Amino acid sequence: MKILVAVKRVVDYAVKIRVKPDKTGVDTQNVKMSMNPFCEIALEEALRIKEAGFAKEVVAVSIGPSQCVDTLRTGLAMGADRGIHVETNTSFLPLTIAKILKSLAEVENPGLIFLGKQAIDDDCNQTGQMVAALLGWPQATFASKVVLDKDKHIATVDREVDGGLETLCVDLPAVITTDLRLNQPRYASLPNIMKAKSKPIKKMTVQDLKVDVKSDIEILEVTEPPKRKSGVMVSSVDELIEKLRNEAHVV
Amino acid sequence: MMMQRLRRSEEFIRFGCESLINLRPNKNSVPRSVSGFVTHYDTKGKLFESNVGNHYNTHRCLGRNLGMLQQYKCFGSSSASQIERKPLFSSLDSKDVSSFKEILGDKNVVEDEERLETANTDWMKKYKGSSKLMLLPKNTEEVSQILQYCDSRRLAVVPQGGNTGLVGGSVPVFDEVIINVGLMNKVLAFDEVSGVLVCEAGCILENLATFLDTKGFIMPLDLGAKGSCHIGGNVSTNAGGLRLIRYGSLHGTVLEAVTANGNVLDMLGTLRKDNTGYDLKHLFIGSEGSLGIVTKVSILTQPKLSSVNLAFIACKDYLSCQKILVEAKKNLGEILSAFEFLDNNSMDLVLNHLDGVRNPVSSTENFYILIETTGSDETNDREKLEAFLLKSLEKGLVSDGVIAQDINQASSFWRIREGITEALQKAGAVYKYDLSLPVEEIYNIVNDLRRRLGELANVMGYGHLGDGNLHLNISAADYNDKLIGLIEPYVYEWTSKHRGSISAEHGLGVMKANEIFYSKSPETVAIMASIKKLLDPKGILNPYKVLPHSLFSH
Repeated sequence: MKILVAVKRVVDYAVKIRVKPDKTGVDTQNVKMSMNPFCEIALEEALRIKEAGFAKEVVAVSIGPSQCVDTLRTGLAMGADRGIHVETNTSFLPLTIAKILKSLAEVENPGLIFLGKQAIDDDCNQTGQMVAALLGWPQATFASKVVLDKDKHIATVDREVDGGLETLCVDLPAVITTDLRLNQPRYASLPNIMKAKSKPIKKMTVQDLKVDVKSDIEILEVTEPPKRKSGVMVSSVDELIEKLRNEAHVV
Repeated sequence: MMMQRLRRSEEFIRFGCESLINLRPNKNSVPRSVSGFVTHYDTKGKLFESNVGNHYNTHRCLGRNLGMLQQYKCFGSSSASQIERKPLFSSLDSKDVSSFKEILGDKNVVEDEERLETANTDWMKKYKGSSKLMLLPKNTEEVSQILQYCDSRRLAVVPQGGNTGLVGGSVPVFDEVIINVGLMNKVLAFDEVSGVLVCEAGCILENLATFLDTKGFIMPLDLGAKGSCHIGGNVSTNAGGLRLIRYGSLHGTVLEAVTANGNVLDMLGTLRKDNTGYDLKHLFIGSEGSLGIVTKVSILTQPKLSSVNLAFIACKDYLSCQKILVEAKKNLGEILSAFEFLDNNSMDLVLNHLDGVRNPVSSTENFYILIETTGSDETNDREKLEAFLLKSLEKGLVSDGVIAQDINQASSFWRIREGITEALQKAGAVYKYDLSLPVEEIYNIVNDLRRRLGELANVMGYGHLGDGNLHLNISAADYNDKLIGLIEPYVYEWTSKHRGSISAEHGLGVMKANEIFYSKSPETVAIMASIKKLLDPKGILNPYKVLPHSLFSH
């Protein structure tokens, strides 16, 4: 079985981001970029499934500018067998990404598609679900535990939902998106980094995949949330009540 | 990484503030063993007993009153160093307190026992003074007035910043008045073109780093205590830290200081080059508050570079570590920003005593090295680092290693190196030595000491290998004189024999005040004493520290 893992190159989660002065987006110049933490977890899970003998190949795919190759190299250094880079300089929204992944899935025929539950730059939490819908495959999102049954061709997935844990059984092929507590991703070790140098990364374009990238959504403006105002010291309970009543209008 | 270090620094502060001392007069109690309790006699001969309570606070200072003399003995350093309070110093009286209140206002003259308790105790809880007064000046003028007064009254003072020093230099030995510059914490100016930052001495290093971060700059120094230490203290002690290898020492900083008699020496400038006369600022940098109180600092900051990479590698022996250092300097050259090492014992200690830490490398080896590069081109730097490491792997210098893929992973690697100090505190009694040695000798002292101490203690070696700076730490279940007798003066003599420094970056403080001769000649020290007498004739600034007591006994 082949596992396809989608990984996204995002601003490193520890970086303090700033909005560009022209309000078109977040400033990504001279800022550290890394693999989305949830995508790391997705890749780690795929690798563990391969090491357990349930899969033959793990393919990492990334969609974006030329620097995505760095992200794919990280994936290869962790242990993925090969990479696919769909090169584009436009920043695509989840639906377009989902269409691209669908086309890729039709070419590669994986038994499982792993994605992170959401990207930390847009927090959309949509791509995995959309891919499943476009392919007509079952989906198990927010996975905190994945157990495969090779013979019956199903996966049993624990999902972290608001009310607690939900366990689903999905037929393969399926789409699984990963949540924080699924695993702790491995470090990229030097011997693996060395092996990664000889692993292939295939370049493709959206035209190759025959995907219509026209988006129905246009980002109008990106602004910072309003700055927290400093508090006001009050000298008595009466003054507090007066302020709550007349200024904050909450009493 | 910032958040992790801030959290850790907060733990350090909390550590330092946990006051488990309970002083109550108890005439009938018997002095107990060193590891748990300490007896403290006051000037009237009454027996106070301090109950330490938990194994973290394994160290206390003992004050003994023999008649009129008040003596001071500290555990954890050579028992031979017994200090006597200089009788020439005046004692604080109520007139002094009201005079200070007139200068500073009532609020900033602290007599509150709890606050004094914290101010009297150092971070390691090894040294404890008995000051009755802490002053909090708000500006240089107030510092000048206080010092003028103290000089005229012959009142000894201790300049204090973040109180994170490791040699007992920031706390009183007896009843010196504490002058804490914590309220002088304003950033005065920042030039975004030259990168020069002008600020008051009481600014916390981490706060400065956060401020600079918004402007796209970084401080030229970084150390584990950044959440609490003040830049004035850093400059006064010529602090080293993790970035020294790249940005050099603090001797490039310019400053304003106040001398013992209240004279304000304004050497503050923002010029990069200024060769006009004797460069006096160097006297104040590293003199640990014994020549003057630093009130303002003008420091050159560095632009923040986006590409930071960190590798954690394992080596079989110390010889490989040295070779890797040489190769790293050659191959990584201008992008190398940190080179730290730790031995297996240190790694074990950290894994045993800290939570949420795992060995990044799958195999246990004898030595681990952290190599950090900082540059402006992500892809280029990455390739350079990878190429260097892979070559080292092929040559057999490196047995295994990992490269951090994001800031989170990098933080976890740094946690191991920076967590050693914390782990040592948790493990029991610790004897700390900070030595500069020729790189090829660094680990020999660790091995020699291990053979010498045998089963008695756990010897750990780690530190800034890139600077030739070893942090030698001996961990034992509790403090005992036999152990200290085996360690000192052996460590100092060993260092001296190899022309090393007995204090690479921690300073002399009170811990090593009498040991300077292991690293400096008598003639040199004599001139130091002359300079001290010149700038502080009455000797009121941070007495009993830095220079040997024998030079000042009357």
